[in-house]
Amino acid sequence: MSYAERVLEYYNNPRNAGTLDKNSQHVGTGLVHVSEYVDVVRFQVEVNPVTHVIRDARFKTFGCGSAIACSSIATEWIKGKTIEEAFRLDHMEIVEALSLPPSKIHSAILTEDAVRAAINDYRTKNGMEPAVEEYDEEPADYYDERD
Amino acid sequence: MLQLPVYLDNNATTPLDPRVLETMLPFFTQHFGNASSRHHAYGWAAEAAVDLAREQVAALIGADPKEIIFTSGATEADNLALKGVFEMYADKGNHIITTEVEHKAVLDTCKHLEKLGASVTYLKVNREGMIDLKELESAITAKTILVAVMYANNEIGSVNPIREISAIAKRHGVLMMSDITQAAGKIPVDVNKDGIDLAAFSAHKLYGTKGIGALYIRRKSPRVKVTAQMDGGGHERGMRSGTLNVPAIAGFGKACELALHEMEEEGKRLGAMRDKLENALLQLEETYVNGSRAHRLPHVSNISFRYVEGEALLMGFGKEVALSSGSACTSASPEPSYVLKALGLGDDLAHSSLRFGLGRFTTEEEIDYTINAVTATVNKLREISPLWEMFKEGVDMNAIEWSHD
Repeated sequence: MSYAERVLEYYNNPRNAGTLDKNSQHVGTGLVHVSEYVDVVRFQVEVNPVTHVIRDARFKTFGCGSAIACSSIATEWIKGKTIEEAFRLDHMEIVEALSLPPSKIHSAILTEDAVRAAINDYRTKNGMEPAVEEYDEEPADYYDERD
Repeated sequence: MLQLPVYLDNNATTPLDPRVLETMLPFFTQHFGNASSRHHAYGWAAEAAVDLAREQVAALIGADPKEIIFTSGATEADNLALKGVFEMYADKGNHIITTEVEHKAVLDTCKHLEKLGASVTYLKVNREGMIDLKELESAITAKTILVAVMYANNEIGSVNPIREISAIAKRHGVLMMSDITQAAGKIPVDVNKDGIDLAAFSAHKLYGTKGIGALYIRRKSPRVKVTAQMDGGGHERGMRSGTLNVPAIAGFGKACELALHEMEEEGKRLGAMRDKLENALLQLEETYVNGSRAHRLPHVSNISFRYVEGEALLMGFGKEVALSSGSACTSASPEPSYVLKALGLGDDLAHSSLRFGLGRFTTEEEIDYTINAVTATVNKLREISPLWEMFKEGVDMNAIEWSHD
């Protein structure tokens, strides 16, 4: 199988790979994995405590090239967004932006989970309630339709 | 000039040797006859080519030419052997013994036979990819008709103790079949010394063309019979009907002849290059060779690079080096290699593995190039691997607090 141009581009030149200070009050860290796929994503956000705008984001990912590309593109997207806006990041936007095939959707879902986990880590660190996932309008069995 | 990508996937298929192509060419346009046409010179020329090839193919494995049945490849030969024996020996029993790490051509055929009433024992293998001979012996029952164990594994290259295995089968009056696809032409295979009764192999793994293979069927002590799976004109002594693919067969014969003469020299050369590659890559931290290093084909190395994923690795140097990964993260239900899992590797290591398969045309320069390309990509991916960072910081991976699970 060959990869879409944009996946290769993000894989070859990953944006915002790296580490933020986990112990900083302004940094939220999400570390998620799917054992089935053996993908591991660590996502970090650094948030302006007054405006709640994400001023920096970093990732490190163990997984296939698509998983790396998903994490990397998400760091670009959420920078400059408020934590509320960033929390609404939809994995299908990543899927479309990178032209991922159905078999790689799990990579985008993992990134979405990691972003949310990072934001909620920041929220709990700063005395806020964790944000809750909004009800997904997609039918639960949409994989079957697209596969 | 180095041609990119460097081809190191010779276990999947080999390029055609130019000497083989030269042998094949006249049989397309000049000597194009049907080998079954008995009444004219075109047919005779084709038949003569097939006769010669049958001798050459037989010679590679120490067989008699009459014991060679041409098929479309090893998959068909495996099918013919397993299904043919199952049907032919139904009176004796329905039990087949094989291993968990056979090629899918054997495993899936066994699964099919199970639906038709076969009882199949899949022997487990150890870390080296080897079965327990005592376990094999105790699995044999009065109903056992066949033991099918591959000569050498396609993913890790480990070579089985075929003589010991066939001795056990023989002691119990059970037929011994071996898929010799990866071994034939690479290491000495002798059906008599090795005690093999049926052997399946293919030309395109030994620098012949795709679409041609053979099944060896023993004719003496014991005389083995199989039920044909293809009915028709009664070609190949009735065991495999279908007009013979004369150019491919002529090439198969030539490929076997070349392999027989060059195997020893080639094995030494490839073994030295493989070891150079392997030793260089093992300089990287947290890398492991999968399977047996002692009992292995000279041109194969399967290595796990912990904390980086195999498919990501391939993406990194895919334009520079062509090889295959034990990871299959491409399907809707991704699974790592069943062979590596059978060795006892965890999902992480199984997903982190690459198979290097050197071949007749591999050069020293290509090996040097590969060492650099793989090393650079492993290092690059580890830089962005959270697991590698944790490993370097001495984090106990089992005590990680996941944000969700």
